[in-house]
Amino acid sequence: MTARVGVVTFPGSLDDGDAARAVRVAGAEPVRLWHGDPSLHGVDAVVLPGGFSYGDYLRCGAIARFAPVMETLVDAARGGLPVLGICNGFQILCEAHLLPGALTRNQHLHFRNRDQFLRIETAGTAWTNAFQPGQEVLIPVKNGEGCYVADPATLDQLEAEGRVVARYISGNPNGSQRDIAAVTNEAGNVVGIMPHPEHAVEALTGPSLDGLGFFTSVLKHLVGTPA
Amino acid sequence: MPRVVVDVMLKPEILDPQGQAVANALPRLGVSDVASVRIGRRIEIEFTGEPDLDRAREIADKLLANPVIEDFTVRLVEADETAGARS
Repeated sequence: MTARVGVVTFPGSLDDGDAARAVRVAGAEPVRLWHGDPSLHGVDAVVLPGGFSYGDYLRCGAIARFAPVMETLVDAARGGLPVLGICNGFQILCEAHLLPGALTRNQHLHFRNRDQFLRIETAGTAWTNAFQPGQEVLIPVKNGEGCYVADPATLDQLEAEGRVVARYISGNPNGSQRDIAAVTNEAGNVVGIMPHPEHAVEALTGPSLDGLGFFTSVLKHLVGTPA
Repeated sequence: MPRVVVDVMLKPEILDPQGQAVANALPRLGVSDVASVRIGRRIEIEFTGEPDLDRAREIADKLLANPVIEDFTVRLVEADETAGARS
């Protein structure tokens, strides 16, 4: 059976098309979900794509958090549904309190758009089990508000529990504390990542194929999960 | 009708790059005696009936501020003190 991976479109989402294509390239069936529809249509996992949901008015992700689809998604994520938030999706997951911390203006105030090396710190999540811990990958980053912040106790806890999923290497593009590029929740089913793995799945358009691992990971995870 | 004003500020320990950028521009205006600048957000809320501070606090806590990085204060002001009345 082909896994069905939902991709939510909010008003202002930009990367929903690329995320859906990445799901397909990885070998799963992408299912387009709509912000105003509370139903997840029986999908096995969900990607919250990048963009500027609801114009990112107030704070990035702050209004998207209250979208009808999010009410269902928050419950499903707490119940173990794999959820990957990319860029704006990461911001939404933090605003929805599924992930700790917050994403603030890049410290230098400039938008950053470049290919970025990351180190995968843990393969123990639903979205990174196809990687080796310590593996270095090259994935595009493009954000204006990607500076990850949390209080020191939270950061220490994330480190101690192995919940820092990826770190920026060869330069921190936004001032994120402890070079954090991606984090996960306690159960490891919810991951937020600021760079864009969905833009690194095809040789024609990406700097590498490294992003594909995030999407093949969730398929591996779903196969290993008893129904 | 009085309005509720919500002031949202980044917590003191959170870096405010916008405020820093403004502070760094001040010497160009000939201002040299400013130690720091921090930028926040002021939200004015007008209720259909009597202003409700508790309700405003709930709105601020759930939506207007992100408690991970921001603090907020809620207060009542007379209508003529608000931006809406001035415009």
